[in-house]
Amino acid sequence: MTSKIAELEEVSKLYGTFAALRKVSVSLERGRCYLVLGPNGAGKSTMLRTLAGLLKPAYGRVLIFDEAGEGVDPMEARGRIGYMSHATMLYDEFTGVENLRYFAGLYRGRDCVAPEDALRSVGLDPALPRPVGQYSQGMKQRASLARVLISRPELLLLDEPFSNMDIQSAHQMLRLLETFRTEQRTIVLTTHQRELAEPLADWVLTLDAGALVSFEEGPYTKAQKLTFAGAAAGAGAR
Amino acid sequence: MKPAYFLLHLKKDLHLEWRSKDAINSMLFFALLVVVLFSLAFDPTQDASRKIAGGILCVAMMFAAVSALNQAWARELRNQVLDALRMTPAPGASLFLGKAIANFAFVTIVEIVLAPVFVVFYNLRAVGNGWLLALVIPLGTWALIVNGVFFAALSIRTRNREMLLPLILLPIFVPALLGMVMACSSILTGETDPALWIKMLAAYDVAFTTLGMMLFEVILHAE
Repeated sequence: MTSKIAELEEVSKLYGTFAALRKVSVSLERGRCYLVLGPNGAGKSTMLRTLAGLLKPAYGRVLIFDEAGEGVDPMEARGRIGYMSHATMLYDEFTGVENLRYFAGLYRGRDCVAPEDALRSVGLDPALPRPVGQYSQGMKQRASLARVLISRPELLLLDEPFSNMDIQSAHQMLRLLETFRTEQRTIVLTTHQRELAEPLADWVLTLDAGALVSFEEGPYTKAQKLTFAGAAAGAGAR
Repeated sequence: MKPAYFLLHLKKDLHLEWRSKDAINSMLFFALLVVVLFSLAFDPTQDASRKIAGGILCVAMMFAAVSALNQAWARELRNQVLDALRMTPAPGASLFLGKAIANFAFVTIVEIVLAPVFVVFYNLRAVGNGWLLALVIPLGTWALIVNGVFFAALSIRTRNREMLLPLILLPIFVPALLGMVMACSSILTGETDPALWIKMLAAYDVAFTTLGMMLFEVILHAE
């Protein structure tokens, strides 16, 4: 049986007089992947930042639920949510492994993934001596995902995770995300590359001008998803 | 607050500065310029030096530190690292304290380099208890840094943050500046007892460090 992990209730977010989100209500279940689509300025990033607790809604409320079904404010659920944004959220001067060791230390007491393993899982060499500032854009994206993964978050919020990535790396990331979903973790991702992420999606949400205009089941059946996961694994291996 | 978190932040800031040396280099260059230029401009006698040296040293350090404090959170802002920090369970007070102690260490290094230059250029010899300077200067420096780190964080989301920081910081630092200058002058001239000023500086430090640690969580999570 699936249970709720997060809920947005009539959430509106204003920047001055501009409404970035308008009365958005969504309930997210554990172990599902939600694909958020919409044109630029539709409110996708604002929705993710609100779910992450980085933005406070002007109206409505956001709740993050634990296994027992008790809902708390996202800021009280810090450590259980992983957020990857357009920026790397890493120090340019540190190497990938130095960055991850620092962040792993901030999740003290939690069952963290070893920084080296997190980097390997996204296809980066932990022994790479270059600072993150000298990485290519694709490598930065992968290092950023590795940062999100170290705390084993229950809810992964990924804002444009495939931007600047070559197709092989994108497939590798999809394969990794598929394994998270099977571990009953919830993924919410925004992208403009619909065809790439759609096979992973259980649900597809479309935002337009800050309003939720559709909430539909993903177009792929479970069997198709398994086939896709196998194909992505093959593509990643190649 | 768990010391492990604060040590982690401190180690990270020291490590970053060790790699770049941005803050120390800019502060050192600025403070040296002020000290040397004032010495050449006024050519003070030994007696006059004792009276003005405390003020010049404090003001030189203050402006040098402000230039570095303006950049105190720059690395956290650059790639939205601050958002990643906000999402960790580590308390904000540990981030604040780590950053403050790291910046205090940078300013102290500059002061240690500057001290012999200052003694030579101003031909100084303390008439009072010279060792008390080793208490007064760190107390005054901490007063500047703890407020500077706090107000730099407060102003990071504003457009004119480089201008805003000195505007907020300097009026609040005035009591500590007064205490530091008066204590330094008392020690150098040996005319009065600096104990009252030292106690005032210590009380100021305790009050503002406590306030900073209590309020930093609010500043960190403000939009």
